[in-house]
Amino acid sequence: MKEEKKATRQSYGETLVKLGKENKDIVVFDADLAGATKTEMFAKEFPDRFFDMGIAEQNMMSTAAGMSTCGKIPYVSTFAVFAAGRAYDQIRNSICYPNLNVKICATHAGVTVGEDGATHQMIEDLSLMRTLPNMKVICTSDDIETKWAVEEIYKINGPVYLRLCRAKSNIIYDESTKFEIGKAVQIGEGTDATIFATGIVVQEAIKAKEELKNKGIDIRVIDVHTIKPIDEEMIIKCAKETKRLISIEDHNIIGGLGSAISEVLVEKYPAKLERMGIKDCFGKSGKSEELMKYFKITSQDIISKFLR
Amino acid sequence: MENIEKLSEIAKSIRRGIIEEVYNAMSGHPGGSLSIADILTVLYFNELNIDPKNPTWEDRDRFVLSKGHCSPALYSTLAHRGYFDIEYLKTFRNINSNLQGHPDMNKVPGVDMTTGSLGQGLSCANGMAIAGKLNNKKYRVYCLLGDGEIEEGQVWEAAMAANKYKLDNLCVIIDNNNLQIDGKIEEVMSSYPIDEKFKSFGFEVITIDGHNLKEIIEAFEKARQIKGKPTCIIAKTIKGKGVSFMENQVGWHGKAPNEEQYKLAIKELN
Repeated sequence: MKEEKKATRQSYGETLVKLGKENKDIVVFDADLAGATKTEMFAKEFPDRFFDMGIAEQNMMSTAAGMSTCGKIPYVSTFAVFAAGRAYDQIRNSICYPNLNVKICATHAGVTVGEDGATHQMIEDLSLMRTLPNMKVICTSDDIETKWAVEEIYKINGPVYLRLCRAKSNIIYDESTKFEIGKAVQIGEGTDATIFATGIVVQEAIKAKEELKNKGIDIRVIDVHTIKPIDEEMIIKCAKETKRLISIEDHNIIGGLGSAISEVLVEKYPAKLERMGIKDCFGKSGKSEELMKYFKITSQDIISKFLR
Repeated sequence: MENIEKLSEIAKSIRRGIIEEVYNAMSGHPGGSLSIADILTVLYFNELNIDPKNPTWEDRDRFVLSKGHCSPALYSTLAHRGYFDIEYLKTFRNINSNLQGHPDMNKVPGVDMTTGSLGQGLSCANGMAIAGKLNNKKYRVYCLLGDGEIEEGQVWEAAMAANKYKLDNLCVIIDNNNLQIDGKIEEVMSSYPIDEKFKSFGFEVITIDGHNLKEIIEAFEKARQIKGKPTCIIAKTIKGKGVSFMENQVGWHGKAPNEEQYKLAIKELN
């Protein structure tokens, strides 16, 4: 992991421009948040293929659905709370049921949104999106992985939800890292415990892994970038190979990563899983780092589980 | 006027198809289906540039039935136009049928958009119309909504967008039969004045008798001439039109006729 930090929304905006140059069928939608979601970079480069639909997310989702029936590939962005929450029915009925080729790239997910507070901190989107048939759900942890995901989902013919963050996070991977949809990334071989993490808290899990190693505890980190389809094989392998299983996410512990892993374990390889995340409560205002401490989703919170 | 007489016969047959569907399924929405039968007849037999042999033809005109619960009317029209066998209408809503309660674009040839959750169709139609402009295609997009359906806020989000993108390749039709499930439009949640609303949202508005085939034909012709803005045709209709005991009766929104009523309805439509 590098010292260098970058927000995944930034990586998204940059990659969209690259992708737009290569593929003329890509169109981008936003709902008056182009500066924050970083779609403004695409808008500047390709004004004819950028559609600012104003503060009307429901219309935006269905419009993208209609356009996709005519061969365009829409990337649709707004804050996660307005995408997965406000426009849920449009995503369900206009996009997922007809299995249309729309990529929903939602930024500002989780409590790490910070000062805007609970109304803007989406902690239910993984839950809402992964329950939709036909939908694939991806939640990236760093710049490199996000760049890969933005390009990779273009190749999928069908709906995708990509969860992105506002706050900057450490760059974890090298440019040469190979990723695959539905295949989680294993970091380390430790057998004392597995930390399953997704999105912005993967960096926390890696920090914890490094500190614990100095204390003689050897854990592994699994970056679960694809929440659906979940990597069953990896979950079962880790349950077999490691003594302890923990999940961590900037999301409600109900319905997100921890739940997805639990579902696999219960059916395929019964084992105890400790779920770290937002414990079924709404967020609050504060700085991103302060909120991570407050909601106990930092590297120190992982470490303290081992040093009691 | 031979054409009108021919269309009138087709409309009657489409209405019989609607009754067959709802009677065989013992469920479905006859009232609103009968109110749009004449509009769909003109669309599919006079207006739309389509090819039933090639339902996914890129350059075809598109039709979005935003009030998806009136699928019996759409299915009957598509069958009469040759997209599939008229006999197949009898499978409507059956577990093994492709004719779902609400239209599914992946199951039924000729259905351009999956609909059912009210208020979303106009947005989808906008997307098709914008794509048409982006791709330099000449096709037109038609979208039919109910007068109750336009109580959904998303419709007005879409109306704003149709104006912003100057969608003169878009023609909206409002089925103004003045009834929704719980009663009269003005009593449940008035969407009136519909004409003034669409005018203020930047549409060219044409009001017609939605059962007068000549007026429907002329309204579509006029809409094609309008440049720089979308058109909205407000069709004054009668819910249940064509079946005397169903006309203007709110109770026939989503109810199937019994055997006696079915026979009477078919007799009236012959």
